Amino acid sequence: MAKKMHIKLKVNGKEEEFLAEPRELLIYTLRERLNITGPHIGCETSHCGACTVTINGKSVKSCTMFVAQADGADITTIEGIGAAGNLHPLQEAFKEHHGLQCGYCTPGMITRAAKLLEEIPSPTEEQIRFGMAGNICRCTGYQNIVKSIQAAAAQMNAAREAAE
Amino acid sequence: MIPAAFDYHRPKDIAGVLALLAEHGDTARVMAGGHSLIPMMKLRMTDVQHLIDLQDVGGLSGIEIGSTSIRIGALVTQAELIDHARLAIAAPILREAALQIADPQVRYMGTIGGNVANGDPGNDMPGLMQCLNASFTLAGPDGERQVAAREFYEAAYVTARSDDEVLTAVTIPMPAGGHAYEKQKRKIGDYATAAAAVQIVNSGGTCSSAAIAMTNLSDTPVFSEAAGAALVGSSVDNAALNAAVAAMLEDIDPTEDNRGPVAFKKHAAGVILRRAIERAWSRA
Amino acid sequence: MKDEISRDDRVANLKGMGCSRKRVEDARFTQGKGNYVDDIKLDGMLFGDFVRSPYAHARVTNIDTSAALKVPGVLAVLTAADLAPLGLHWMPTLAGDKQMVLADGKVLFQGQEVAFVVAVDRYAAADGIDAVVVDYEELPVIVDPFESQQSDVVLREDLVALDGSIPPGAHGPRKHHNHIFTWSAGDKDPTLEVIANAEVVAEASMYYHRTHPCPLETCGCVASMDKVNGKLTLWGTFQAPHAIRTVVSLISGIEEHNIRVISPDIGGGFGNKVGAYSGYVCSVVASIVTGKPVKWIEDRMDNLMTTAFARDYHMTGKIAATPEGRITGLWCHVTADHGAFDACADPSKFPAGFMNICTGSYDIPTAFLEVDGVYTNKAPGGVSYRCSFRVTEAVYFIERMIEVLAIKLNMDAAELRRINFIRKEQFPYKAALGWEYDSGDYHTAWDKALATVDYAGLRAEQAQRVADFKAGKTRKIMGIGLSFFTEIVGAGPVKNCDILGLGMFDSCEIRIHPTGSAIARLGTISQGQGHATTFAQILASEIGLPADSITIEEGDTDTAPYGLGTYGSRSTPVAGAATAMAGRKIRAKAQMIAAWLLEVHDNDVEFDVDRFVVKGSPERFKTMKEIAFAAYNQAIPGLEPGLEAVSYYDPPNMTYPFGAYVCVMDIDVDTGVTEIRRFYALDDCGTRINPMIIEGQVHGGLTEALAVALGQEIAYDKMGNVKTGTLMDFFLPTAWEVPNYETDFTVTPSPHHPIGAKGVGESPHVGGVPCFSNAVQDAFRPFGNIHTNMPHDHWRIWQMANKLGLHG
Repeated sequence: MAKKMHIKLKVNGKEEEFLAEPRELLIYTLRERLNITGPHIGCETSHCGACTVTINGKSVKSCTMFVAQADGADITTIEGIGAAGNLHPLQEAFKEHHGLQCGYCTPGMITRAAKLLEEIPSPTEEQIRFGMAGNICRCTGYQNIVKSIQAAAAQMNAAREAAE
Repeated sequence: MIPAAFDYHRPKDIAGVLALLAEHGDTARVMAGGHSLIPMMKLRMTDVQHLIDLQDVGGLSGIEIGSTSIRIGALVTQAELIDHARLAIAAPILREAALQIADPQVRYMGTIGGNVANGDPGNDMPGLMQCLNASFTLAGPDGERQVAAREFYEAAYVTARSDDEVLTAVTIPMPAGGHAYEKQKRKIGDYATAAAAVQIVNSGGTCSSAAIAMTNLSDTPVFSEAAGAALVGSSVDNAALNAAVAAMLEDIDPTEDNRGPVAFKKHAAGVILRRAIERAWSRA
Repeated sequence: MKDEISRDDRVANLKGMGCSRKRVEDARFTQGKGNYVDDIKLDGMLFGDFVRSPYAHARVTNIDTSAALKVPGVLAVLTAADLAPLGLHWMPTLAGDKQMVLADGKVLFQGQEVAFVVAVDRYAAADGIDAVVVDYEELPVIVDPFESQQSDVVLREDLVALDGSIPPGAHGPRKHHNHIFTWSAGDKDPTLEVIANAEVVAEASMYYHRTHPCPLETCGCVASMDKVNGKLTLWGTFQAPHAIRTVVSLISGIEEHNIRVISPDIGGGFGNKVGAYSGYVCSVVASIVTGKPVKWIEDRMDNLMTTAFARDYHMTGKIAATPEGRITGLWCHVTADHGAFDACADPSKFPAGFMNICTGSYDIPTAFLEVDGVYTNKAPGGVSYRCSFRVTEAVYFIERMIEVLAIKLNMDAAELRRINFIRKEQFPYKAALGWEYDSGDYHTAWDKALATVDYAGLRAEQAQRVADFKAGKTRKIMGIGLSFFTEIVGAGPVKNCDILGLGMFDSCEIRIHPTGSAIARLGTISQGQGHATTFAQILASEIGLPADSITIEEGDTDTAPYGLGTYGSRSTPVAGAATAMAGRKIRAKAQMIAAWLLEVHDNDVEFDVDRFVVKGSPERFKTMKEIAFAAYNQAIPGLEPGLEAVSYYDPPNMTYPFGAYVCVMDIDVDTGVTEIRRFYALDDCGTRINPMIIEGQVHGGLTEALAVALGQEIAYDKMGNVKTGTLMDFFLPTAWEVPNYETDFTVTPSPHHPIGAKGVGESPHVGGVPCFSNAVQDAFRPFGNIHTNMPHDHWRIWQMANKLGLHG
């Protein structure tokens, strides 16, 4: 067994410190060590995106990152995107437009979509489909996911305009 | 899918990387974004005892656009290639190709250095680098050396880089003329069934230079000098296109896999190449 | 008393049947607060995982676990030898066969479970697996079911008698040591006679390739044996938790009351999670042995390689018709590749599922079906991937046969369908292969579909495209895919449907709370279908309490009534009916309470939305909320206190949803790349409970159908190696590869279902696969294509074009 490393992470605004084997995959760190079970495991080969989190401002598949690589990183998961009483417009929009069914891909999907709307605040349908292509959903056929993201974008843009 | 245990190193500079490589020899592996290596480790298809993470190594990032060449640090990600406004003007083929690699999350992590260095015949950047006549900077115990992309690839996963060297940068002569990166794949996230990189110069209606390389049609990327030569001096008419495709088909050596049998791959290669040349010429 | 709100508002407030109620599940899921099996974390929980066979057929000559047991954190390594004393090294399958839990002397498919390593965490388990040394002696591999039936190689020595004879199997005599069963339906000789004498006969052989349901969440479980009170709790990805409890009891000997099975949130099922797998058994044993909870979670490769494939049917058909196109007879033979063990998930009396729905939507007077099941060195399974027991295969078969017949007759395939549809007035319709279709109006649906897409216009455009292609003006051809499907769902009547002897009824139990809210528990389990939302809508309409005041609970065998689970689109037809019937029992008692409160005779009050009113005096009423309270605080003569009901519903018949789909596709003949320009889906699922959810089901089912038709497969090489073991090669489309779909509907209620609903979740998959495939094949029809097998991925489409001479 390789020697354990001292790891520091900031997850959803909270500092975390622990000892871990370097080979521990970040998805397991989140799910099993920190009990942050929103991100899920779907394919383990970086195709499905169920494990998507935001690391230092990038959308990342946390099944394909060792905890050692993430040492020092600032991580946001679905739990940090919005919670009851203070939901992200995407969380509202996915509910409103039936953008989910079994819910397994949803945390990764919304986490990626939140980043997509930072990259492109008013995406076209084509940009949404291309920008979400790292996240697989087996239930919805994506049509209502696209609709949900469009609705959230419109809502966020309207709120921005109102604030200006 | 759990990898075997390893020791993790995160050196701060190239000297640190080289010292680790010297110490651990072929039990060590250098890693940038990790999106090629980590899946292989999880499947226990590659044995890594010492993992050297380059993320903190200085001097490996940044895109420098000079008057005659472009230098791209090994740790520049596909996402950074796509988002770089001046690069999109200077060498638009890089953006066009990078957008066809994997998916957004993977492009945030995947680096140009990792893509060109590991020698995976499915990767897109090696063929593109051969098309652009790039050179790779390798740092080793005896200092730095430059290796032309067209000389770098020896076989699948076998390159001119020795175990004690690390690839630090890619240098591309300023591309001229029209470009196209054409890729056929089964779906997002797949390697190419066939992909073609074309950079072509139009001098008053006549092709004065053409560089052509293809991906995933042999155990290395395929730069076809003959295919380019077939276009030079022509008006890129049908006869020239046919000659270029015929020349390329002589140079590729695809194998059957889930993407299809050899006959299909050869056919697709010809079609993709023809489209790439036509598109590049239309922009030249 | 005057109403403060209108009747329409009262209806709207209920959020009952027919409205697009937003899902109550989504608050949790959108915040990452789902509770899936891998989210379960118990004190001292151990992890188990398998050593798997790299070979498809081999003797296991030795298993050396000594090095593995020295790996830090590894506590135990179970092999068949450890399970044998408990009689658990083999387990019964759902299809009357048995299968190895762990390799008992040999392995029969790649990825087969050989040993179970139990460790303190996943990392130690993985290292332990690496350290187990297994000696194999390779045996000849058979991956072709036709070769299998001729081969001297015996795959299942346990099914050959000592004298070399072949004892019968669970479904009758076996013809060869690698043969499992022959099953038939219909009239053989009359069918052969019709075909022999017919003026027109079209024939085709088709292979419906092996694929996999591949839900995003793999299979897994947590077993926890409490040695103090003797109770076993088993959480897992079970589409049928109650049946799993019974199976665990039967094979472990633990009494059923001491077993609690819980299906938590399930990340998609699509049939993958119906079966009983070695991981469940080994986790239970490991928990008993160690006294600690044991978790087992498949990885994606394990999932694709070992649990529950779908399809793998080789189908040959002959269809007879008059020169005018009236179909007179249909013959079908299937060679069914069941892999190493017959673990198909079908009702016991139907070893080929409902393949005998293969006369489809057509009035075919004479038909015969015969299915031969065969063993090969492939993974066992044979589940209904988003379909009701082989309906997808049946519909694909008949919708291809129709196209092939249309080619033979030189006739338009839409018109051929139209003249052969079962007519509205023929329902209930008794089909030649035995089923009685409950209701349908096929002509109306078909005409609506064709009119909406401007079918004539599409054909004209296609003709122009063919001309342009032949003139060298384009390299893209155009296909118009048609399909009209009839499903058979809602298994099923206990008289002919059971699994392991358990009748396929389902159940609902309702408790109304004093303040007018309620909880209902069902024997089913949602995997994304939104039961918590829609079953509350059924109840809201039945009992007049708002859906928002009704909790739906499923999946815990200690609290939910017994039911057979969710698959085969059976939840709405069976459990939905049970829900309505239980609701009606509540309403019947509520009527008596209301009458007593209003001081009138029971028959003098009538139900109106959310209340009982005195007939003719709408101002005199008691709301259901008031009635609920009265049930708990009034001493009503002749009535027990409380307001509860339970219904176990045994459906009198299946339901028969149907639909009309049209796909318009462009195909690049040089690269084989397809582009779906338009997809129109008209579904008739009877009464519509929640249109939003129906539409979502249609989108999802069509996308799964697209994947299957255009590339998704479990492929083997000759050595029995799985070539498509990760998502690099196993095709799950992303948003980029999927079109927008147009949805539409007609409503033909089921006459025998309490609310007329038929079920919809699987229709789009069942109807979608032939529609996508027909689009590809139709594009090549003008160039001579008759039938080409799926999947229509790039190279296979290129190959079609190449064979037809389209590459010059």
